[in-house]
Amino acid sequence: MGYALTARNAVILYALSGSNKNERFAGLKGEDMITLEVNQKKYEIDVSPDVPLLWVIREHLKLTGTKYGCGMSLCGACTVHVDGKARRSCQIPVGEAQGKKITTIEGIPENHPVKKAWIKAQVPQCGYCQSGQIMQAIALLSEKSHPKDEEVLNVMSGNLCRCGTYQRIKKAITIVAKEVKK
Amino acid sequence: MSKNLTRREFLKLAGLTIAVSLTPSGYRILSAEEVSKDKLFSPNVWLQITPDNMVTIVVNKSEMGQGVYTSLPMIVADELEADWNRVRIMSAPAGKQYVDPASGMQSTGGSTSIRHMFEPLRKAGAAAREMLISAASKKWGVPANECKLSNGTVIHKKSNRKLTYGQLCEDASKEPVPQKPSLKREDDFKFIGKPIDRLDVIEKVNGLAVFGIDIFVPNMLYASIERPSAFGAQILSYDREAAMKIAGVNHIIDVHTPSYGYRGKAVCAETIEGAWKGRAALNMKWGRGSHPELNNESLQKMLAEHLKKDGIVARNDGDARLALNKASKKVDSTYILPYLYHATMEPMNCTAYVTADKCEIWVPTQNQTGVLQAAEKITGLKLDQISVHTTYLGGGFGRRFETDVIEEAIEVSRATGRPIKLVWTREEDVKNDLYRPANSCKIQGGIDDKGRLISWSHKVVVPSIFSRVFPQMMKNGIDPAAVEGVGNMEYEIPNVYVEYVRLDTPVPVGFWRSVGSTHNAFTVECFIDELANAAKKDSLEFRLNHLKNHKRAYRVLEVAAEKAGWRRPLKKGLGRGIAQHLSFGSYVAQVAEVSVDDKKGTINVHRVVCAVDCGDVINPAIITAQMEGGITMGLSAALKEGIELESGGVASSNFHNYELLRMHEAPEIEVHIVRSKEKLGGIGEPGVPPIAPAVANAVFNATGIRLRKLPMTPETVKEAMVKV
Repeated sequence: MGYALTARNAVILYALSGSNKNERFAGLKGEDMITLEVNQKKYEIDVSPDVPLLWVIREHLKLTGTKYGCGMSLCGACTVHVDGKARRSCQIPVGEAQGKKITTIEGIPENHPVKKAWIKAQVPQCGYCQSGQIMQAIALLSEKSHPKDEEVLNVMSGNLCRCGTYQRIKKAITIVAKEVKK
Repeated sequence: MSKNLTRREFLKLAGLTIAVSLTPSGYRILSAEEVSKDKLFSPNVWLQITPDNMVTIVVNKSEMGQGVYTSLPMIVADELEADWNRVRIMSAPAGKQYVDPASGMQSTGGSTSIRHMFEPLRKAGAAAREMLISAASKKWGVPANECKLSNGTVIHKKSNRKLTYGQLCEDASKEPVPQKPSLKREDDFKFIGKPIDRLDVIEKVNGLAVFGIDIFVPNMLYASIERPSAFGAQILSYDREAAMKIAGVNHIIDVHTPSYGYRGKAVCAETIEGAWKGRAALNMKWGRGSHPELNNESLQKMLAEHLKKDGIVARNDGDARLALNKASKKVDSTYILPYLYHATMEPMNCTAYVTADKCEIWVPTQNQTGVLQAAEKITGLKLDQISVHTTYLGGGFGRRFETDVIEEAIEVSRATGRPIKLVWTREEDVKNDLYRPANSCKIQGGIDDKGRLISWSHKVVVPSIFSRVFPQMMKNGIDPAAVEGVGNMEYEIPNVYVEYVRLDTPVPVGFWRSVGSTHNAFTVECFIDELANAAKKDSLEFRLNHLKNHKRAYRVLEVAAEKAGWRRPLKKGLGRGIAQHLSFGSYVAQVAEVSVDDKKGTINVHRVVCAVDCGDVINPAIITAQMEGGITMGLSAALKEGIELESGGVASSNFHNYELLRMHEAPEIEVHIVRSKEKLGGIGEPGVPPIAPAVANAVFNATGIRLRKLPMTPETVKEAMVKV
């Protein structure tokens, strides 16, 4: 298994290697393949249509930025965009995601204002819930560039953070809203 | 460079390598050559400068959000005058050569990372700095004292010459290793004491940080374990065939672990969905278990019965009983607190691969030493055949000090011969924790006619953590965590009596962020408020009056109160409460502002002002974040959390019936660092303890209702209102 170091920031990254053996055993024919569009890339996956989108994204496509937290739509760690709307990927059978545009944290550019604000406010601690938080915040801000405080709380209270970064998330959202002219 | 490189490989790398080893006669600083020659040295700190101008610091502590991947390198970089943009960390493999010199273990806990690593990291940086200067001065033929260091280069001003650390590292490695390198003066610190941005934030914001759950190993199987539904429950029946029919399922095996006993039946499959579906298809029926009578009510009864027993004396100053009899005012209160779940956002997981001569483990762990020991025990392999890769931890809070999930993954891999990725469901995670122990205490206090506290008797009933985890640290039957914060309470009271009654229940207990202080700070700081009220004194004044000779506690109280505007009147309907607590070497005081909805019974915490004195400050931004996090976690527990027991097992299962604080309930938090020249204190845990009592005291201030039971749910508030 290979590893690589990021040059600039020095924290270790595991190169996500290893073959996807799903195709080997499932024995499904080509016509049963699930076609998925994630981050503007098309994938054909040999997987049953009732498998939650979350597991397909994470464990089959290895886009691991999207996290499992509760499996019941209670924590928001698995939040992705489906046709631009924030959705809990643990609740969507992959079959229903076909033909839709799915975006994960990896599909959001590094210079996206929300990601930049997250860095500016130094939001993450352990970081596990942050992909979900960011995806939720982007969806909120793309609908409303200047959300009211209670709108922010309403939307963001679906995303849990055990490290207690709530105050900084609020701050990061304010930073983005301020940068966008009314 | 690869992450999982061995000690030998690391030493072979070109450049300057410095290691620091704690010996009985103090720290010894070693070159790579010395380390490889003499097996007697077990260096604790490793630092390397390579021709590519990179400074690599091997960090032996786990990053679980508390910022060690930033704060520990800052210490080295400062002494070294390194270019911060060229500093990187490598997470240490598990091994004797990476143990914490103070604890003798490779583990992260007890808010000790900075406290234990500060000195050796400074020495490593300083030694490398001196060797680089010697190398440069020889090369240029100029006196060493004319060479200055800045931002990763050595400069000779007179001759206008410059060499980078990368250019010098080979020559520097041939210089003698200084044993007493001069450390920088505090005024010259460039990074230490500054709010440097975290090194891990960019990766975490981009979803690229690799947690344990993100590991993939070629040819791996997924496993999922069907676990006993009640403590000690045995299997009655299950459908093996149905589970085997699920696509991809290929093994169904019982899992026994050396440290945690029987764990259940593992279903292995080629996909995670297969393993989870397969487990459900087992349709397992469990027996009633060993304690079918155990539930919330029986627990309360057990706690109450144990409160009647005499305990082991943990502290006995003067004569508390006699003094109480002479007191002009007496207060007698009983407090009850529940079992708490850690709720790391990343559920327990581990990937392990055991072969005939090798065991490889990828895991988010706080306890590499424990992982090695467990792997050794299970596989019978030698330590050098076992390798542990520590990933990022999606929260730790003490939970990841345990090795249960690791032992399970190793067992399953051994049985199947395949690499195993084991991911617990949230339900398994809630029901199979090692919980913060439920507890109860009875406190009696007496005040004399001048309003001075003259007597304090405190009986704590609580299950023991140390008797299982560190039995050698039990002293005369006393668990140090059980009386932490009471045995060392700083209030100046002439007569103090503290006793401990151990309660044994089938519910397993473990370290939960700030451990015994989670409950003892609540009871002590609520009771002090009760006494202040009985003495008709302001609760801040009353505390300060009894801390005249304890300047650090005094000072954090003063600062928190001043910043919160303690003496300013509050808007109608608001209440203010204060609490302070010393834990893990740091003093923290917090003031909470609350309002109570008397129809719904909900407590709204609007604002928390926090003052912390942790001695020397390494990174104030991280201290602030840790206080914010500690307050939020402590508040979550105070208002919402408690494990429900039912029919001999845990009834709580997910975030709908074990609720955590959400953003709309989170207060505005303001953190003030009280700089002192005192000994370094910890920072990961001390933010937690004062918030629960500060809020309970604020509720009393707002409503006159004294809450002595946690969590302070709307139901408990309404119940208490009726009693008033």
